[in-house]
Parts: sequence; C-alpha cells; structure tokens
Amino acid sequence: MSTVNLTINNKPVAVEAGSTILEAAEKLDIKIPTLCHFKMDAFHVEHRCGSCRICVVEVEKRPNLAPACCTPVMEGMVVHTNTLRAINARRAILDLLLSDHPKDCLTCPKSLNCELQKIAEELGVHNLQYSGEQSTYELDESSAAIRRDLDKCIMCRRCENACNNIQTVGVLSGVGRGFHAVVAPAGLKKLADTQCVFCGQCVQACPVGALTEINYKYDVWRALNDKSKTVVFQTAPAVRVAIGEAFGMEPGSISTGKMVTALKMLGADKVFDTNFSADLTIMEEGTELIERIKKNENLPILTSCCPGWVKFLEHQFPELTYMPSTAKSPQQMFGAIAKSYYCEKTGIKPEDLIVVSVMPCLAKKYEAARPEFTRDGVRDVDIVLTTRELAEMFHEAGIQFDKLEDSEYDSPLGEGTGAATIFGTSGGVLEAALRTAADILSGKDVQEIDYTPVRGLEGIKEAEVDVGGIKLKAAICSGLGNARKLLEKIKAGEAKYHAIEIMACPGGCIDGGGQPYHHGNTEIIRKRMEALYQDDLNHPIRKSHQNKSIQKLYEEYLGEPGSHLAHKLLHTSYTARKKF
Amino acid sequence: MGEMHCVNGVCEMSSRKSSQMEALDAYIKSLPLADNPTRKRGFLIQTLHKAQSLFGYLPVEVQSFVAERLGISLAEVYGVISFYSFFTDKPIGRYAINVCTGTACFVKGAAQVVDELKRKLGVSEGETTPDGKYFLGVLRCLGACSMAPVVMVNGKVYGHMTAEKVQGLLDDCKD
Repeated sequence: MSTVNLTINNKPVAVEAGSTILEAAEKLDIKIPTLCHFKMDAFHVEHRCGSCRICVVEVEKRPNLAPACCTPVMEGMVVHTNTLRAINARRAILDLLLSDHPKDCLTCPKSLNCELQKIAEELGVHNLQYSGEQSTYELDESSAAIRRDLDKCIMCRRCENACNNIQTVGVLSGVGRGFHAVVAPAGLKKLADTQCVFCGQCVQACPVGALTEINYKYDVWRALNDKSKTVVFQTAPAVRVAIGEAFGMEPGSISTGKMVTALKMLGADKVFDTNFSADLTIMEEGTELIERIKKNENLPILTSCCPGWVKFLEHQFPELTYMPSTAKSPQQMFGAIAKSYYCEKTGIKPEDLIVVSVMPCLAKKYEAARPEFTRDGVRDVDIVLTTRELAEMFHEAGIQFDKLEDSEYDSPLGEGTGAATIFGTSGGVLEAALRTAADILSGKDVQEIDYTPVRGLEGIKEAEVDVGGIKLKAAICSGLGNARKLLEKIKAGEAKYHAIEIMACPGGCIDGGGQPYHHGNTEIIRKRMEALYQDDLNHPIRKSHQNKSIQKLYEEYLGEPGSHLAHKLLHTSYTARKKF
Repeated sequence: MGEMHCVNGVCEMSSRKSSQMEALDAYIKSLPLADNPTRKRGFLIQTLHKAQSLFGYLPVEVQSFVAERLGISLAEVYGVISFYSFFTDKPIGRYAINVCTGTACFVKGAAQVVDELKRKLGVSEGETTPDGKYFLGVLRCLGACSMAPVVMVNGKVYGHMTAEKVQGLLDDCKD
C-alpha cells in the first residue's frame, strides 16, 4: 500500500493512499467535528455520506471547502482545519441545522447523549441567526420498542445506513425532497406496520433524539409502588458489563453485585438472573441439537435467543422457519417459569406477579408483547426495560451506583453459570451449548471448555470442534447483513453446518440497541465482551447442566429436557411473515 | 405469472392488473441485469417509468414487485418515487395535465395557467377530478423552454400557453 504525504495545520503526516482527510487528522490528534459520519471499526463499517458538511476544512488550491470525512487525501495536500473561513462555514451550517431543530434539549430523552448538542457546545454557538418554519411530523409510538420523533431528524442518514446496509432489513429510506425530506418507511408507514425487527441499531446510530426507545420506566415505578403486586426482576447477561458506563465507570466494569443492590434499593421484591434461564435454554436447545444430530435431520439448527433475528427470519426467509430451535429465548423462558413454577412454589397468583426484564435490547420489548407469550390473559414478561432506562431509574432514585456494595441474586431463579453469562456476546450461546453437548455426548466432565474459535467481534465465524467424538461444524453470525449472507449460502446448498448461532446486533447483545450509547466507539464493545469472558472465568460453575437450581427445577417440576411440560412452557413456534 | 407468486403473496393482483404485471415482468426480464446489486439499482428509474406507463401510477404492489426483482428494499423504491415529482403512488386521471413551472415557464406566466386549470377543474396540484378524467400536476422543466410556458397532456405538448387557451386544451381531451 502506497503512502501519501500531506500537512494539516502545518503538521506533516503520512497516511495510506485512499485515507480521508479526517483519518489523517485523527492520526495527528487534530479533532474535526463530525455529525453524519459514523464509523464502527471493529465491524468494518463506515457511513460517510457527507450530508451534514459540519466537517468542512480548507484545502489550499481548492476553491471550495472540503468535507473531511469523505475527501481522500492527495500527495502534497495542504489542509487547514481551523481557519476563519472553515469555522464560519461550520457555524453557518450548524445555525441552519438548528433553525429546523426543536430547542427542547432540557426535556429531550437524548439530552447529554446528543451529538448535535455536543457540537453546538463545542462550536460555542449561543446565538442563532436564522429562524423559520419548523418541520413537524406525527410521533411514531406504534411499536412496543422504538420511538420516532422526526421533528428532531437532521437527515444524517445514519439510521438508514444501519437499517439497509448493516442489517439489510431495508425499512428506512430518505423520503420526499428538500425541506420536506425525512427518513421513513415506505408509504410513510408506522414502524409497527413494517418488517422492522426492532434491533435498535438505528437507535444506536442516531446522533440526536429522533430515534429512542419506548420508555416503560413509569410502568415499573407504578408496579413497585403497588402493594398488591410482587415485582421480580431478571437481568440479562450483557447489562452487567455495560450499566456502569452510565455512572462514569470504565467500560467493561463487571457491576453485577452493584446492580443487584441498586435494584433492591428501588424496591424490587426479588432480583433474579436471566443467566438462570439462559442455562435452561441450553438444556432445551442442547437436547434438541443432540437429537437433530443423532437423527441427522433439520440441520443446521439455528439459535432462537434473539428476537430481532427471529423476526428477520420470519420476514426475509419465511421458508426457513422450520430451522431455528423451538426453544424460547432466555427472557421468555424466565417469564414462563416465573409465572408457573415460581408462582406455584410461593403461592403468588400469576396476575399478581410482575416480571420486569432488564435487557440490552429493544427487540425484547417487542418479543415480550408477542401474543404467543401471553397465557390466560397474563403476559409471561410484563415489562421490559433497557440498560439505559434502568440506569435512568437509578439516577432518578438518587442511587450512587458506583459507590454501592455488592449483593447476591435471590434464589431459586437467580443462579447462573459462566456458560450463561457469555450469552451476551457473539459466540457465547454456541460455546455454552458445546460445553453441555460435549459432556452429554462423551459421558464425561470435559475439562477443556474454552472454544476460542467461536469468540470475537468478527461478523461471520466458523468452527469445527470435536464434541464427544462427533466433528461438529458450526457458524456464528452477528449483524443481520452477515446472517443474510450465510442463509443465502445455506439455501443454495453451498454451506453445510450442524449449528449456527445468529445475533441481530453486530457483536451480539453487548452492542444491543438498549445499551448505553457507544457513538461508534467499538473499543467500548470489545471491553464489554472481554468483561463477559472474565465473568465466565469468575464463575465456579461454567457449564449450564451443572447449575444446581436448574437440576432442581427438572427434578421438582419439569421432569427432563424436552418433556411434555417443558415443551408446553419453554418452546414456541414461528410465523412466516410478509417480506414487504 | 409464475414469477409473481414467489413474492410471499404480496403481489396478489386483481386479474385486471395481471396482464400489466406480465408486461412489467417481461420488461424487467429484457433488461441486461447482471447479478450485481449496484447494476440492478441502476435500472430502478427506467423500470419505474415503464411501470407507471403500464399502470398509470405506482401502487404498493407494483413497488414491491420492482423492489423484489431488482433486489432493492421497498423503502428505497418508495424513497425514489417520493423524490421525483413525475412518479405517483396514487391513481391519476385518464388525462394527466402537467404544467411546467421551471424558471423559463414560470417567468412567462405558468402560474396563471395553473390557477386557471385549478379553477376550471376544481382540484389542487397533485389531485385528480372526482370523475377520474383529469389529473393536475406541476413539474420542473420539460426541456422546451423556447415554447414557454409549456403544458404536457399524456405526452402531447402545448406551447405558449395562456389562461385563455386552457379551455381549448381541456376540450381536446375526449374520452
């Protein structure tokens, strides 16, 4: 690769040919403000549409200003990022953007996490020059998961890139022209009426408050203050390694114990763990995997933990709905067990037990609301909060999270293994399944249980592992665009696997749509991943089938994996849906 | 119509429309589409032109069909339709009257022609008369500036238009 020499603000720098001015400036630690630009290094994703023009710089011998994010460097280029002309242009652009943007920052759900707000502060814009018509659109709160407030849209198209290019869901597009242009689904439909899978990658990508989650904090506050209700929480694996970020803790801090303490302080009656039901998922899904391998039918088995992925399959590959495991996701297994086994054990009526999930995910809100997960008019999971919403509740309650002592989860639905904790990262579900399958197929307590080829943030991973004498071929996908590629190959008969794990979000749940905003910094996601593998090592038990509470659940209640009752409570079916 | 049924049932068209759909299908088959998404995308606008000439407008079933066949998302197809004023996703009258309001036509009095058409037809821009006969639209520049102001009715061009000539234009539209 040839290098190109240029100077930026009189400092020489050499970069690879094809780099942008922005990348060259980053090498010199010169900051150029950006807004529409969105880059996620670990996933090899870059959105450089150059629509906002905030990053303009002056290039000698070039008559107009150049957008740094999408202008390639050239030999001998002389760039100035902080001339009066560049600064004035940026301020004028920002002024124009703000002229059509609501000024309700105080009450905006994105306040203090908003990139537009941050740029206005950094550029010192305190007086606005322009005023005029303000675009208004109907608020879209049609789904259980994503809130669209397009009055705040700045047309950066980052959501569109996430939806169409990264996820290939294809719900969002620029619609209309000029002042009336907006990013919306075909026919200006509401999200609930589209093939949106609610992965929330658009929410992670949105720099402003146009896309956020549907908020259920007050439903939880009301339940916590209702004396006739027993409120139990379940917390997903990926939450414990991310929630600390909302309180200034280092990314990758494992704050499980603090989170349990804080939930108790909010008034939770019991704090349980989705890791418990993740182990349960392995029991059911692992059994199904072994059965399918032994019979050599319905292969490959696809994981079914991720509701975004499940809905994607239902819309985009309706002919393959026989492939996923019929096992419900850990969230829904937890709800089903809480409202049956736990209610019977404690004598609480299912309608008086409120199950609140804390998830890194927006699709989980949609999943919990799917009609098949309501029995006798009672939802298995009543309310789903994201990591962000729970952090907001802690803030609201005045809880100084980072200063808390640790507490333990309650029993019996609070016990989880190391195998369960890695469900939160791409490759984790498959690794957990392999650990259990290896023991069952070999009849031994296998000691080598770190299946490193399945780990990491790469979008498509392959592994061939010896599991109890069987050469098992597995693939792991994260990001729906990668899933599409792999499924197309399977449909065409070009790839053969026994098992495939698919997660909708790149990197898995650690990068979920409900996690603290990472603004494209994938180092944060890597640290969350490393923290989960560390958490796995910290667990004394690292195989799902060795979870004592799970063993007891089967002894006392379910019988054995795949039993009639297990099927009734823990398995589901999938619906072929329309592609458009 | 074997091709159409593969679209997961979204192209359930009435039999009245099925011959148009077959024509669109044949048109797409005639395109030199390499198995390359970028190349396919390049044919979107001309395919939409063909579809609108066949159906008169671009209903969602047609949009879905085009999206499926060109391997583009429905949202993107709709985005393109909503961007270009020539395309419409609502049924339009048998006579599509499009007044050019580009710079030259505007300067030469296109606005008065539009006003007179609105008054005579009782509809606004982008609307069709209740009897389904006339559609009134405006567009920007037909490339016939020397004849400004210009009105186009189903492909027939009227140059040097005035408010007074509007009645004559309407009288030309015979069912």
